[in-house]
Amino acid sequence: MNYFVNEKGYYGDFGGAYIPEMLYPNVEELRQNYLKIINDESFKKEFHQLLKDYVGRPSPLYLAKRLSAKYNANIFLKREDLNHTGAHKINNTIGQILLAERLGKKRIIAETGAGQHGVATATVCALRGLECVVYMGEIDIQRQAPNVARMKMLGAKVVPATSGSKTLKDATNEAMRDWVNNPVDTHYIIGSVVGPHPYPDMVAIFQSIISEETKKQLKEQTGNDQPDYVLACVGGGSNAMGMFYHFINDENVKLVAVEAAGQGVNSGHSAATTALGKEGVLHGSRSILMQTEDGQVVEPFSVSAGLDYPGIGPQHAHLFKTGRGKYVSITDDESLQAGLLCTQLEGIIPAIESAHALAYLEKMTFTGHENVVVCLSGRGDKDMDTYMKYFGL
Amino acid sequence: MNRINKLFQEKPSNILSIYYTAGFPELGDTLLIAEELERAGADMLEIGFPYSDPVADGPVIQASSKQALENGMDLKTLFNQLKDLRSRINIPILLMGYVNPMLQFGVENFCKACAEVGVDGCIVPDLPMAEYEEHYQEIFKQYNLSNIFLVTPQTSEERIRKIDELSTGFVYLISSSATTGKNLQVSQNTEDYFARIAAMKLRNPTMIGFGINNKATFDKACQFANGAIIGTAFVKVLSQDKSAAGIHKFMKSISE
Repeated sequence: MNYFVNEKGYYGDFGGAYIPEMLYPNVEELRQNYLKIINDESFKKEFHQLLKDYVGRPSPLYLAKRLSAKYNANIFLKREDLNHTGAHKINNTIGQILLAERLGKKRIIAETGAGQHGVATATVCALRGLECVVYMGEIDIQRQAPNVARMKMLGAKVVPATSGSKTLKDATNEAMRDWVNNPVDTHYIIGSVVGPHPYPDMVAIFQSIISEETKKQLKEQTGNDQPDYVLACVGGGSNAMGMFYHFINDENVKLVAVEAAGQGVNSGHSAATTALGKEGVLHGSRSILMQTEDGQVVEPFSVSAGLDYPGIGPQHAHLFKTGRGKYVSITDDESLQAGLLCTQLEGIIPAIESAHALAYLEKMTFTGHENVVVCLSGRGDKDMDTYMKYFGL
Repeated sequence: MNRINKLFQEKPSNILSIYYTAGFPELGDTLLIAEELERAGADMLEIGFPYSDPVADGPVIQASSKQALENGMDLKTLFNQLKDLRSRINIPILLMGYVNPMLQFGVENFCKACAEVGVDGCIVPDLPMAEYEEHYQEIFKQYNLSNIFLVTPQTSEERIRKIDELSTGFVYLISSSATTGKNLQVSQNTEDYFARIAAMKLRNPTMIGFGINNKATFDKACQFANGAIIGTAFVKVLSQDKSAAGIHKFMKSISE
């Protein structure tokens, strides 16, 4: 079974490039050049140098002893929360900004939900001196004031998306419309493994540093580079794809993707895409998405803004449909409790997104020998308001 | 030969095609507006079926889609409304919309429903040429439906040839790379682009759309193509005054 992209831009039934003709030259330019650029020695050198000196990689693989004791397994946390800007998002934006430079682009656009990808994009634009415009849902701008301020301080222009439901999906629509209107000088840095081919593949490659390092670190720490399980949360699915990437063909490593159930899968306030969605096309690729019978996209809900997306990347849809990955979901309450538990047992405040992955440990049973890697995709500083309100801190 | 081919044969120039969104401003307006437009002299109509995430559209058409969805418009409703289309309207009708609602309805069901009510063709901006050719072309042919592709100033000559080969009906030239509703600025570049396409002597007729909003831009576009398409400017009229008088006044402003 091939779990990776084929020459037509598909993962099994999913993927492709469902874009209007106005975007075709941009996407085609990217498609023809991305592998050549990414595999070029000078690119690789610059990318890895920046990941090391600027982002602070490799991020530690930390054996969480007290969580391990609680769950009766060896629980390793891949510490993406220690990256510069506080999450895995920067791995991708570093890669894409270097690529945009090599394509001769002068202007960068991005979408953001909670603001993490927006901050990561504004950061690399400041680093390289490129113009940066970030689209963000009007409602998210109100909910995420500190990240809006960070982006502005970094020199980005933050444009409110006022269409549709005024959240991440609409910010993505606005970024695509910007790209339609600025076809020559602009590169669109998509923040997840979504969008038309080659985006899902390109973003997965940039994020695959997570599993590349994990393999080496596991080998050093346990003598075996293959864990029994890897767990990661999934909104669009970029940290999960980074965490899964180098384990996908190791068929004895179980891949667990944790979606946001919101107030419950069947509550009407959920973002559990594989449970609630059907096959269709959103933001340029064929995947699984939450939609009405008429094919209108349904607005998702999760306490975690980073998981609040009505689709998943096409490669995830393929892993789900083939059964290679197990797709599960965790409610708002469960994730917040898991966040508190991790904080009190390990002294690490996780992002609520990452806390969804941690929460699934409660539902697993172990025999004391299993090696389990959880991608701690981001830190919880941005979520303090939510934690404080929920726990009355 | 369907009504679109016949139209271009009988009227090779100054063809005026009007776009509007089905179920807007009121759910039941779809056919009433079509009748009024035909009476007022429209040569062809593009009826938009709404989608929640229309990435190629500017704010005016986005708002009309949102309103239409809130009014309860969906493809099932639209095909119901179009049941007696051909006892009331003679000019060619295209449906325009995004691929996902069409996929959920089923492409074959969609084409069959179009044929049954007398729709002549479709414009689906986010259905890529490769997908169409591989999976759907045969179905479209079976139901004698035209599928219209877009061309932009950035589309390569090789790709335009391919589009021309796959198209039946006409080729839709986008005046500049933009979402709908921007004003047409006919710069030297735009004229060069139109002239470049004209010189290619495509086998299909051409229509220019995006940014055509008044008599001046319509006339200009007609110098380079068989006709032009007005969308946003008309949807704006509908949102202010959907009466027969309002529609006739707008159509007069283009043709006189």
